[in-house]
Amino acid sequence: MENTKLDLDNYRSLLKEYLLTKNETALYQAEQFSKLSMQHNISPEEIIHVHIEALKELYPDLTQEVNDSLNFLLEAMISYGLAYQEFQTLREKQSELQSEISVAASMQQTLLSTVKPEIKGLDIGAISVPANQMSGDYYHFVTDKEDDTLGIAIADVIGKGIPAALAMSMIKYSMDSFPENQRNPSAILENLNRVVERNVDPSMFITMFYGLYNPGNETFSYASAGHEPGFYYHGDQDEFEEIEARGLVLGATDQATYRQFERKIKKNDCIILLTDGVTECRIGDRFIERDEILQVIKKYIQLPAQEAVEQVYKHFERLQEFQFRDDFTLIIIRKEV
Amino acid sequence: MNINLDVEVVEEDQTITLTLRGEIDAYTAPKLKDALLPLTKKPGAEVIVDLEQINYMDSTGLGVFISALKSTKEYDSELKLIQLQDRVRRLFEITSLDSIITIESTVRGGN
Repeated sequence: MENTKLDLDNYRSLLKEYLLTKNETALYQAEQFSKLSMQHNISPEEIIHVHIEALKELYPDLTQEVNDSLNFLLEAMISYGLAYQEFQTLREKQSELQSEISVAASMQQTLLSTVKPEIKGLDIGAISVPANQMSGDYYHFVTDKEDDTLGIAIADVIGKGIPAALAMSMIKYSMDSFPENQRNPSAILENLNRVVERNVDPSMFITMFYGLYNPGNETFSYASAGHEPGFYYHGDQDEFEEIEARGLVLGATDQATYRQFERKIKKNDCIILLTDGVTECRIGDRFIERDEILQVIKKYIQLPAQEAVEQVYKHFERLQEFQFRDDFTLIIIRKEV
Repeated sequence: MNINLDVEVVEEDQTITLTLRGEIDAYTAPKLKDALLPLTKKPGAEVIVDLEQINYMDSTGLGVFISALKSTKEYDSELKLIQLQDRVRRLFEITSLDSIITIESTVRGGN
């Protein structure tokens, strides 16, 4: 295809060709001309100006009314052209913001990254998928080399996007700074509650479940700050049980206390932790019920833990019209011996 | 999301009733916050929020009620939620917010 040239001569010959032949090719070239004009930031009124000039050269005897009306059109297009320029500027700004958010998102990932630990006798699977670029969900594994305990935190910041992500980083660093001897779940939640209450916006709060597994006595101790209840899977009976651990969300008042629970873990039992991104999603107009989630988990529970969490996620992702309104996080821990 | 939230306010002396209709989520929560928070800043006011016609609320909605509660403490007013549907009530129960926010105890069905 011959290059469309952005000049008066070219436009004039296109116009002449069209007026004489009503040829489709000329129309097509006019379209190319306008696309090229946009690429070169040529305003609409400039094109009209070119049109008027070309028309005058082709038909020097235009009536005064036609002449005036063309000038009128030219004036009318000026503010349209300005709006278009503004739109272009906004588009550029938007892409700048977009790239800044990407930088923030990858920084968040670095800050909050947690290593899924390899622990003898435990099979651990974890998946966390943000609904937007910045995640408000968080999970963290804390291993202690001295006594082999494993701490597991799963949390959901309410409030989305960047503020939620910033709050999550604060939580992580507070947890890291707690002294080693305060690693029991109720103490951790009580301390975090005070941090959150003092430091975040009144309408923002965090739900968190914290568990500590001690392989020495095969005991799992846990406490919850208003977090969506997880499930306990009894391997020998192939049955699920809800992990009940009531407790107030972090940040609602400064005086909350958290009751700590304990249970022995048997071989082949699983602890399943999730965030409400899993239960707050819906298909079309229908909500997904907790039972339904449980059915899906049940279907895959026999798989290795990492495969199981991925299959559960894929199940929901596959559903038509399924929309994640929130971040999705699921952790499965199985005791293998 | 095209689902909206309607807020209707009726004031009778110190009792202010907010009747909500629709959904409370990240998109509509700011509207609820703008309507609810100023009402809790009137000392002595009893703010009643009727949630009978709210069939969906996510955790962003809980955040609005937490900030309203904090505001009632600051301005010496009261907040009470009534006619919660089961799904909405469950959110307050899971988060134990029902232990610090006054919630009318009548159990309601609803879808």
